[in-house]
Amino acid sequence: MKDKIVLGLVILLSLITISPIILIIGELIMKGYRQISLDFLIQNTPDTYSAMTAIANGERIPGGIANGIIGSLIMVAMAAIIAIPLGVITGVYLYENPGKRMANFTRNISDILQGVPSIVLGLISYLWVVKHITNGYSALAGSASLAIMMLPMIVRSTEETLKMIPDSLKEAALALGTPYHKVIFRVLIPTGFSGMLTGILLGISRVLGETAPLMLTALGSSMINTNITKPTSAMPLLIWEFYNDPNMIDLIWSSSLMLMIMVLLLNIISKQIAGKRR
Amino acid sequence: MTDTIADIKNPALSIDNLSIWYDKNKAVKNVSVEIKKNTVTAIMGPSGCGKSTLLRALNRMHELYDNITTEGKVLIHDDNIYDMSTIKLRREMGMVFQRPNPFPTMSIYENVIAGYKLNGIRLKKKEKDEIVERSLRDVALWDEVKDSLHKKGTFLSGGQQQRLCIARALAFGPEIILMDEPTSALDPIATSKIEDLLVKLKESYTIILVTHNMTQAARISDYSLFMYLGELVEYGKTKNMFTNPKDPRTEQYLTGKFG
Repeated sequence: MKDKIVLGLVILLSLITISPIILIIGELIMKGYRQISLDFLIQNTPDTYSAMTAIANGERIPGGIANGIIGSLIMVAMAAIIAIPLGVITGVYLYENPGKRMANFTRNISDILQGVPSIVLGLISYLWVVKHITNGYSALAGSASLAIMMLPMIVRSTEETLKMIPDSLKEAALALGTPYHKVIFRVLIPTGFSGMLTGILLGISRVLGETAPLMLTALGSSMINTNITKPTSAMPLLIWEFYNDPNMIDLIWSSSLMLMIMVLLLNIISKQIAGKRR
Repeated sequence: MTDTIADIKNPALSIDNLSIWYDKNKAVKNVSVEIKKNTVTAIMGPSGCGKSTLLRALNRMHELYDNITTEGKVLIHDDNIYDMSTIKLRREMGMVFQRPNPFPTMSIYENVIAGYKLNGIRLKKKEKDEIVERSLRDVALWDEVKDSLHKKGTFLSGGQQQRLCIARALAFGPEIILMDEPTSALDPIATSKIEDLLVKLKESYTIILVTHNMTQAARISDYSLFMYLGELVEYGKTKNMFTNPKDPRTEQYLTGKFG
């Protein structure tokens, strides 16, 4: 009897834990599905006037979020290109020099960086990139702030993954006369690749939804923009813009749904990769 | 100190007054030994006696760790290994470890030629095929894996993996093979296969084997070193040592009084 009560309680609590995510997805689908179509993926955001007209006529709001999708992809990809090599090399350094003062210092700084509010990273990127490099809001500035956010996650996952590789593998490679740098690049990194990839994908899915730093750096744009020195839109930025325009409210749900789907997919992929390793 | 063995001429390897420290702890104390060519020489002794430490000094594995210092000389062909490049040294001395450690990202085929690959030595496809087949035949693994050469080495059983690791060491054409308790992680059948293999391999290679298993040393070694607390207590023909140990400590160990 007691067992059954406890079991019931455990099930109930688990349901409560997972209910927010189910409710969120349900809500987004309910409210957003009407807007989702091919146009939604390949067209730019509509102007207020056409949205207003469509609502008045009871039609679907025209246009889509292609500018946001492309902008997000460009900025996240550039952030990854900046953060992955730096993060992996730092992670290798930390793994190779455990207990050294410089390594401990680096590790602590990296942990602190992880806790820095993203809006502050946006401000920093604004001061460095917007004001001095691109002389204006730009995708590059957005990427810089996202890269700083990703960096600590990649550093950590690289170090933790390498630590899990048995020393015997390193010794096996060295016993064959392999030079040290090749042991790292040809044996350790390939062996730990899937673990590092998990960290990288989680980092990407995290920055994909970041809004605050992009407001101060990428600003947004109603057109697809591929010039990285110019203002660029992103999916979370669009959601914010839609929220501020009473005529576009309906678009919030569909764009949030798209963003959720992308983030969830990345999470599922990284879980799959991590699972395969075991 | 030990009696030197008079009948070793042209040794495969001479260790001359070798001492090894972990931080301030002297783990190997002034060991001098000459290893005969084409023999299996067993290094035995209780846990912590320095046997693995001694073996790992021979291919300079200790240089990986900052807290280990080494003093003394080790000669192959009158060259001190501490003056050689590690690449040359490790090509002449293959090593097999306690646990099978094939590279998990490489296929069986790539594992065998890993030494060439990792050192950036380019070979023609035909040469590679030959090396792979010869090395796998040498360890009696060829017939078992010839149809799955491009599968991952980690799919093999423990005993097969260990033979693959031996093949990887042989592929580089070493003169000496260092083995650090190569059967301690294996079941009895896999162990006996590896032991048979070692007896066969000594025709072409010199094998130095660390073991904590006395009966293994008795079964397959020609010469034995007995170490205790970092000291080389006794060195001689295995047969003589097991039937007529000279040092009381050897006798106590062999009769199971400690260890």
